[in-house]
Amino acid sequence: MKITRRTFIKNTGYVAIGFSMIPETVLSYESCGFEEVIMQDPRVKDWFQVLEDGRILIFTGKMELGQGIRIAIAQVAAEELNMDIDQVEVHLAETKTTPNEGYTAGSRSITQSAMNVRKAAATAADILLETASEKYNLQKQSLILQKGKILNKENGKAYSFPEVLQGKQIEAAIPSEIKLKRKSEYQLVGTPVPRKDILKMVTGEPVYVQDLRFPDMIHARVIRPPAYNSVLEEFKPEKAEKLSTIINIIRKNNFIGILAGDEYQAQKAKEILERDCKWSVPASLPQTDAWKDYIKEISSKSENVESTGNLNFRDNSVKAFYSKPYIMHGSIGPSCAVGFFDGDKLQIWTHSQGVYPLQGAVADLLNINEGKMQVTGVPGSGCYGHNAADDVSAEVAILALENPGKHIRLQWSRSDEHGWEPYGSAMLMELEGNLDKNGKINNWKYELWSDTHSTRPGGRKENLLPTSYYEGTRTGPSQGYLGGAYRNAQPYYTIQNKKIDAHFFEGPLRVSALRSLGAYANIFAIESFMDELAEKAGKDPLEFRLDHLTDQRAIDILNKLKEMTSNLHLAGNEGLGFAFSRYKNTDSYFGAAVKVSREKDQRIRIKNMWGVIDSGEVINPDGLKNQTEGGMIQSASWTMMEEVKFDKTHVTSLDWQDYPIFRIANIPHMEVQIIDRPYEPPLGAGEAAQGATSAAIVNAIYAATGQRVRDLPVKKTFSV
Amino acid sequence: MDKISLTVNSKKYQLETDPETPLLYVLRNQLELNGPKYGCGYEQCGACMVLLDDKAYPSCRIPVSVVQNRDIITLKGLGNRDKLHPVQEAFLEEQAAQCGYCLNGMLISTISLLKENPDPDRAAIDEGLKRVLCRCGTHSRFIKAVEKAAAKSRLR
Repeated sequence: MKITRRTFIKNTGYVAIGFSMIPETVLSYESCGFEEVIMQDPRVKDWFQVLEDGRILIFTGKMELGQGIRIAIAQVAAEELNMDIDQVEVHLAETKTTPNEGYTAGSRSITQSAMNVRKAAATAADILLETASEKYNLQKQSLILQKGKILNKENGKAYSFPEVLQGKQIEAAIPSEIKLKRKSEYQLVGTPVPRKDILKMVTGEPVYVQDLRFPDMIHARVIRPPAYNSVLEEFKPEKAEKLSTIINIIRKNNFIGILAGDEYQAQKAKEILERDCKWSVPASLPQTDAWKDYIKEISSKSENVESTGNLNFRDNSVKAFYSKPYIMHGSIGPSCAVGFFDGDKLQIWTHSQGVYPLQGAVADLLNINEGKMQVTGVPGSGCYGHNAADDVSAEVAILALENPGKHIRLQWSRSDEHGWEPYGSAMLMELEGNLDKNGKINNWKYELWSDTHSTRPGGRKENLLPTSYYEGTRTGPSQGYLGGAYRNAQPYYTIQNKKIDAHFFEGPLRVSALRSLGAYANIFAIESFMDELAEKAGKDPLEFRLDHLTDQRAIDILNKLKEMTSNLHLAGNEGLGFAFSRYKNTDSYFGAAVKVSREKDQRIRIKNMWGVIDSGEVINPDGLKNQTEGGMIQSASWTMMEEVKFDKTHVTSLDWQDYPIFRIANIPHMEVQIIDRPYEPPLGAGEAAQGATSAAIVNAIYAATGQRVRDLPVKKTFSV
Repeated sequence: MDKISLTVNSKKYQLETDPETPLLYVLRNQLELNGPKYGCGYEQCGACMVLLDDKAYPSCRIPVSVVQNRDIITLKGLGNRDKLHPVQEAFLEEQAAQCGYCLNGMLISTISLLKENPDPDRAAIDEGLKRVLCRCGTHSRFIKAVEKAAAKSRLR
């Protein structure tokens, strides 16, 4: 059976109900430095619609990235309406259909979308009761919501939502003051409701954008030049054109795309073309043994992040210089998108984190009216930030316009993804600190050097990879949001005198948002330095941190970690390290403890990792635990072994051999505990574990070996 | 173009294709199976694992012409939502997924492992699943799921 869009949609669990018009939205992006999406005049039906069969459909502007947002949003909606979880469907980000909630980024899916859904559902609950009471002339107090019905408590008579609404949707505005369900009455929120998509994954049902199939779908590939700024000098498609099923080889300036009926022939044609075409090869990437000096030299802009008190380093200061290399997102499934142009309208299926900003950027690139476009979010392989999802979507849009009438599926290769995604920036962090006579931190000076941490398209074409090749120009991406570089650059500890400065450079490699942005490197440096100062003070690293904390929730994290590791026996070749952070200094509290050993062959092995997280109100504790464990393991892989390498021409880390990541044998024993605070607001959690895990690892290595790793990855100093 | 015959999930297929085509493309595009995933094309990541005569093997390089006499099994051949294989059941119960893209490789490798060793310790699990990469960091759940699947399989 051919899987058409209709059956795919049925299989992936959403129900097509046509488009609903949504109000104009005003949107700000991560790249502008704002955290919130402001919607003018939000209406219930933007997030909430009743289906014919009495179930409800919730629209979220966020994407499922493996973080489990679908189930969390379903829980929140079902809770407000006293429905069963199976009575709620969730429709992921799609232009013209779901509200514009910006990017699925910055750990804001729960704090933003789920809270919008909560308000919409609570408003809907009230209006459903009100409408039923008027329609059937009943006391509102005698009506309750139960399992998707409105129940008259007095006679047990039940009315369905479609019956009460007479086929209409709830148009009403969501008021600013809404009566929400009492948290003490929660049945679903705060419980580990299983995700619905895992059943599809384990049985091989279609789940991902990679699994979309349309009748007569064309397979596409795009040619990568040898370097970022290469110019096509000789285009030689003749040999590739001779392969069977080749439909067209499209060249626009320095952009070359292949269309074929058969995917393997398209892949073969890509390999042939990449060999046959001649490009200029500008040797533009720096080759230096003095990388840190080079970074300082090319830094051109500075910003003071904080100045408190007066620095005074007359005596006994401790100095340390840390570094972090370029790291890649490294999605297991390379980016993929499907495009279709019917001669009038352009449709794109994408795993992008932001369907609306992508739509704007593609419209800008191809001069299409956004009214003639629809961009549909379909899950892809985990992205962990801004990977090539937007790029592949823009490329497929170019190809779809050139070849109307057929669905085109563009699949990036492994070397495309490894070599061309926007990496997490390399960073340097220099610290100086000293202590007062009581062994407390007196002065703290922190300088960091970084490229930008967001070059998301944000509605404009410049940051899409294909733009400069397609237009034959050299316009590079804009530097975007610089604030990400100093995310978590301010320590969460009480310190009298502080000065924190950020310096910016435009580095050799393409960069953008990678999970936690600059927080990973900043927390790595701060929390390593806390251990260095603790040693200077002659104090236990955990006690030293507690001496500088006033926030009880932070203190609770460290005490919990102490308790979890209290009965630990350490052998002579083992060490234990701790670290703490509060993500963005406003989101989740997280602490990590790590036990490492130095093996007989001198290798460093991580044996245990413990994590404690406080994200305020927890919607789904199993999801939070899963993501926190995952964040810790990913961070451990970054910290121990990851570094993007390049020669004078281009990136040379083009596969998993050249860019190894953790395999299962590297995985330590894991234990994550949650401090649940159901009466506090939920706090962003998805990126909370990245920084502290890395510092806990190097602190443990110091405890085990007496050697401090200040330059990541650990692999530079020890075999891992 | 050659005539190729394949046995996939106990069904026989006659196909016409370039004999060099890696098995993965045929399974995904011609047979429309979603289990095996494209990950690298270099046999480095295991996203494309299938069972070849009961042994996990990556399908992204091996030419379709050389597996004509082999018994090929994908996730779909193991069970469906009404009747799950114990390994599928174990991964589901442990909620052992984040993005889930690597699950195919993890499940197929687990089945292959348990056929050889019904009671694997951690070292054996590491060996059995070593070819499959996961980027979300779901490994600790995979380890629990393998242990659970082993216990379930022994009971049956």
